[in-house]
Amino acid sequence: MSGLAMPKPDAETMRRRAEIVADMRIIVPGEGVVDAANEMRAFESDGLTAYRQLPLVVVLPQTVAQVSRVLKYCNERNIRVVPRGSGTSLSGGALPLEDAVLLVMSRFNRILQIDYPNRVVMAQPGVTNLGITTAVEQEGYYYAPDPSSQIACSIGGNVAENSGGVHCLKYGLTANNVLGIEMVLMNGEVVRLGGSHLDQEGYDLLGVMTGSEGLLGVVTEVTVRILKKPETARALLIGFPTSEQGGQCVADIIGAGIIPGGMEMMDRPAIHAAEDFVHAGYPLDVEALLIVELDGPSVEVDHLIGLVEAIAYKNGSTTCRISQSEQERLSFWAGRKAAFPAVGRISPDYYCMDGTIPRKELPRVLAGMRDLSEKYGLGVANVFHAGDGNLHPLILYDANVPGELDKAESFGADILRLCVQVGGVLTGEHGVGVEKRDLMPEMFNQVDLDQQMRVKCAFDPNHLLNPGKVFPQLRRCAELGRMHVHRGQVAFPDIPRF
Amino acid sequence: MTTFTPSTLTETLSTIQWAAAEETPLEILGHGSKRGIGRPLQTEHTLDLSHLIGVTLYEPAELVLSARAGTPLAEIEKLLAENGQQFAFEPMDYGPLLGGEPGQGDKNGTIGGVLASNLSGSRRLKAGAARDHILGVAGISGRGEAFKSGGRVVKNVTGYDLSKLMANSWGTLAVLTDVTFKVLPAAETEVTLAIRGLLDDAAVAAMALALGSSAEVSSAAHLPERIAAKVAGGKHGSDAATLLRVEGFGPSVVYRIEALKQLLGKAGPLEEIAGEASKTIWRDIRDCVPFADGGTRPVWRVSMAPSEAHHMVMALRMQAAVDAFYDWQGGLVWLSMREDDPEADLLRGLIRKHGGGHATLVRASPSHRAALPVFEPQPPHLAALSARLKAEFDPKNILNPGRT
Repeated sequence: MSGLAMPKPDAETMRRRAEIVADMRIIVPGEGVVDAANEMRAFESDGLTAYRQLPLVVVLPQTVAQVSRVLKYCNERNIRVVPRGSGTSLSGGALPLEDAVLLVMSRFNRILQIDYPNRVVMAQPGVTNLGITTAVEQEGYYYAPDPSSQIACSIGGNVAENSGGVHCLKYGLTANNVLGIEMVLMNGEVVRLGGSHLDQEGYDLLGVMTGSEGLLGVVTEVTVRILKKPETARALLIGFPTSEQGGQCVADIIGAGIIPGGMEMMDRPAIHAAEDFVHAGYPLDVEALLIVELDGPSVEVDHLIGLVEAIAYKNGSTTCRISQSEQERLSFWAGRKAAFPAVGRISPDYYCMDGTIPRKELPRVLAGMRDLSEKYGLGVANVFHAGDGNLHPLILYDANVPGELDKAESFGADILRLCVQVGGVLTGEHGVGVEKRDLMPEMFNQVDLDQQMRVKCAFDPNHLLNPGKVFPQLRRCAELGRMHVHRGQVAFPDIPRF
Repeated sequence: MTTFTPSTLTETLSTIQWAAAEETPLEILGHGSKRGIGRPLQTEHTLDLSHLIGVTLYEPAELVLSARAGTPLAEIEKLLAENGQQFAFEPMDYGPLLGGEPGQGDKNGTIGGVLASNLSGSRRLKAGAARDHILGVAGISGRGEAFKSGGRVVKNVTGYDLSKLMANSWGTLAVLTDVTFKVLPAAETEVTLAIRGLLDDAAVAAMALALGSSAEVSSAAHLPERIAAKVAGGKHGSDAATLLRVEGFGPSVVYRIEALKQLLGKAGPLEEIAGEASKTIWRDIRDCVPFADGGTRPVWRVSMAPSEAHHMVMALRMQAAVDAFYDWQGGLVWLSMREDDPEADLLRGLIRKHGGGHATLVRASPSHRAALPVFEPQPPHLAALSARLKAEFDPKNILNPGRT
């Protein structure tokens, strides 16, 4: 991946840069256009910091009309556009292109409407994920999807990436919690999908937009469902001698009809790194540590804690602590939530992967990872959204050692291939971006990819919006539109007819 | 006039490739249980998928089920129930409303049809619709190409979500051949709290109060006077009933029902309905049984913001004779016109005036369906985008042409 090929910069656009910057200043007056290299530096990468590129120009619009005019202007002149929210993408979704306008939505930062009777909030896309909860928590409400970057990531970016979090097993992903959006197409047209009512009329374009990684349209408004906070939450901290036992415990909890608010697993290296860092009181003599959080009325939580404890015991747990206070519950989570920085302490660099697997395959995938770790000579620590099979292997490497980044990336790619082999997928919640772009053929054949690109053609036929992301090879829409059928020559076996 | 009934993927693919090459349109059919919705089709040929059947994967501990698109929903629901599981989105059965044969449950819809029409039920409020539970699909586009999207795991953002795009597409983008759904444990206990005698506005206020509490109400419906007598065979009387369903583990349900009683004690006389009686009520509401009179008078399904829908109904009543009842906290309105006139423009104009939403004419005579937009017309930019998308999937317009 280090030899990542991005679309060749358009010479004509590069030549006309000064003119484009001047025109952008007319569309977005004031301080909304940044073109000095030192000031654009802040935007040269997102959460996938191994990749950096200065954009053609940074534009920070403030109104929907400005977004529409910028896109229309660029569409008519064949200028590429890369949209960006808070820039927390872990897959390079907001990586700039040398010849592209970087359209930064951070000034769309207002909550537009809070509607308690209908339990919806309408917000501009630059509002942070946590900002929505903050706006409604005095009334006891919250917004359920909670990606770990929630303090910084924007709700518009959440739509682009279909963000998850530790609570999505019970409460769903972004796609299940967004009721409507307003967006601007590359041709400048403004389109509204859904609203405060349920189910979008017509095709589920809202469903397609969610997780489309900024390739289909620029979101300018988001309507989300808010939920009443559960009365209580308590957690169990359970240790197992093997990951198989931990995995079976997860399966048995779900088999008993229990859907916990959160269910997280860590392997030995991750447990040790976290414990050394935050001293959460994690047991160090176990191979797998499970955090199970149950939320709801206390009578329900107490009832389910009893059931989960019994299931853990049956599966050979060697330790099982039950939180007796809010403080203790938070201490169980402290280690898990600090797992990434904790791993950062034991290794100069780490590379965070994001595959999803059928849960039952966990032991096989962990064993495969141990083999790969030996093959590449790099360590790996695992945190796992156990309830929904989403793995985050953290590959330990040192960027200052020549060749180690390449090795880490090859190791990561092999892990994702393994995920696909066992029936899983390349990315659970971080997105394809540029990072996993070239691995897409591991999961999809050319027909599958062509059909996805045809969706792109309906939204952005000139491939100007966020090109170089998601798809390993861009094909012209005209070429994709051709039908390869030969009248009368199609095989037509004996199909029963009546 | 030919009906193709493929039973394998290869046969299905060949049929569509042939139709694409000949540029000859096909009506795409499962059981035909929802054939009465949408513009009547006038295709020469029919592709009947009811022989493309079979559950291909079911792993209860992984909460996942895959099946060929023609598999009867009833068969799958039976299998899930045997394992204490369910589709949490509670797909409705249009059979009663559209005149399905009683007792013909295994002909009342296929799993492919569940997704193609994005079915849901009263639990939509909390658990979502088919679109929220679909994990992956395989299908054949109008280009005669077999493609797949998604997978078998819940957390998946690999590529565009074409599975969701199939939801509510009514067979106009692709012919589904395989679907993979998330399944969930069925609730151990359910109890319904009924508040009797409320008018629409008081009922909507009570439902908003209940949904705004932490009692985790999974469904909230309001049956005005007279309509109430049309569910559960009339055994709960004809007084207006505002119904709140609470589901989960026994001790939790008891506690939450008690909390709701405290909250709503002043709203009106309360009544608890448990177990099978509760299930029957919600099944009848889900399936629009109050308007299942065997006739063809127009019935509309309207989705709006819960707080606004009853205002729209009141305004509509000034100008047209209608019966109405509410699900989804008031946001889903089932409307039955007492005359033969569907009043489409009047209704849609009032919906726009009251905050927006959409209306689908789910039951009407073929002549009304041919003459009126059965599905909510879209604003120009959105309609153009939808048309471009259709052309990308089905450039020769051979899949259910004109249905939507």
